[in-house]
Amino acid sequence: MGKRVGMEVAIAAAEAVALCNIDVAAVYPITPQSHIAEHMADIIHDGRIDAEFITVESEHSAISALAGASAAGARAYTATSSQGLMLMHEILPIVSAMRLPICMANANRAVSGPLNIWNDHTDIMPQRDSGWICLFTENGQEAIDLSIMSFKIAEDPEVMLPCVVNIDGFQLTHMIEPLEFPSQAEVAKFLPPRKPFAQLHPDNPISMGCFAMPDTYTETVKAKEVALQGAKKVVIRVFSEWAKRFGRKYGVVETYRAKDAETLMLTMGSMGETAATAVDEMRKKGKKVGLVKLRLWRPFPVEEFKAAIAGCKTLVVMDRALSTGGAGGPVATDIKSILYGEKKKPRVLNVVAGLGGRDLTVGDFVNMFGLANKKKNEIFEFYGVRE
Amino acid sequence: MAKKKTVQKKWPETWQELNPGCMVFAAGNAANYKTGSWKSQRPVWDNAKCIKCGICYIFCPEGCIQETKDGFYEANLDYCKGCGICAHECWPGAIVMREEEE
Repeated sequence: MGKRVGMEVAIAAAEAVALCNIDVAAVYPITPQSHIAEHMADIIHDGRIDAEFITVESEHSAISALAGASAAGARAYTATSSQGLMLMHEILPIVSAMRLPICMANANRAVSGPLNIWNDHTDIMPQRDSGWICLFTENGQEAIDLSIMSFKIAEDPEVMLPCVVNIDGFQLTHMIEPLEFPSQAEVAKFLPPRKPFAQLHPDNPISMGCFAMPDTYTETVKAKEVALQGAKKVVIRVFSEWAKRFGRKYGVVETYRAKDAETLMLTMGSMGETAATAVDEMRKKGKKVGLVKLRLWRPFPVEEFKAAIAGCKTLVVMDRALSTGGAGGPVATDIKSILYGEKKKPRVLNVVAGLGGRDLTVGDFVNMFGLANKKKNEIFEFYGVRE
Repeated sequence: MAKKKTVQKKWPETWQELNPGCMVFAAGNAANYKTGSWKSQRPVWDNAKCIKCGICYIFCPEGCIQETKDGFYEANLDYCKGCGICAHECWPGAIVMREEEE
């Protein structure tokens, strides 16, 4: 195991990818992802790794260039945020339908307008139906570990799907944290070179990205759904191999002091640590509260989620995005849908909070836990909105 | 012994039969799919006006226009979709689009 270093998380994410023997990176800079783009360009320009850096003119071009590179058999990487991810949107479902294992970091940031560069999850949520494996990180170490694991998950012959690792903008990307890197040799053992299922090559012409008539399109959607749902067991397998090799354990759903908890809160991403501190404070006062952290957002780990919340009376789901004009935050909407058919289910409260970089303190999480005491609840509510 | 007849499927019947990513491994199989039935108009050449420049051959997006032995051009109507680009581009006006029912 390598030594611990103090490093900014965005730079660490690029350094982690540099250990992964990538062939092509196409990254268009955007706040708060820019340090990943700049550092990736530096690494390749300085000849530290044998890869191509394509200086594309937009994020739409970045993901399109990588679709071609990945179809030709390359290990391909990009990173983006907010408006950049929105500009990629058109290509995202094409990449997954073509079963191209491109990996991407998304430095989560609010979507315009009004223009706001700070952290929430409103950028990734509109992409949730794109067929990408979608992982969330809580700190810098997780950003390193999951960036490396994402290639192994995406390229697994049972998966062959793209993967996005969400790293909360500023809250994580711009933090300097003590971080541990595996060595190049350790990563090479964990992540052998990509063995593409098929690749574009003039000696063996094939077609990728074909056209489907109404007779076939439904079957293609079903095939993609089965592939994405099937990715969960590979994610679990890769997490367990990582734990064996590097000692850090990951779960598709993780819990904190949840065992005898009557009230659970569900979070995704960096807010988990603040919420955990709130749990500790409330536990000191004898409150039976706990935390559920959703690491794998797509495919949704239904069984693991149900097991994690079994026995609790109230579940507070904290969404950092809103399905405008809909039934609340996207995470809570999914959860309510999953629980609808269950005989024994908790009361679900949905709080939309922490939008556009609005800070949430430990006290705010205590207040959100307190919503469980309300007799009547709305379908969802904003936390901290001024009226 | 009777020879077992294998029926070439036009498209996969079940989702399990699809190749991952709908990849197609048989190169050139687009030729099996005859798109000529799509057209409502077909190009007709008047070789008295044709100067054999080949601009119709260059512009045909379907690649279905070929040069004949005597240097004139004709479209393979099994694939021609009747888009009319050849007639539009033919500056001596040797190609006209005729309604299919004519």
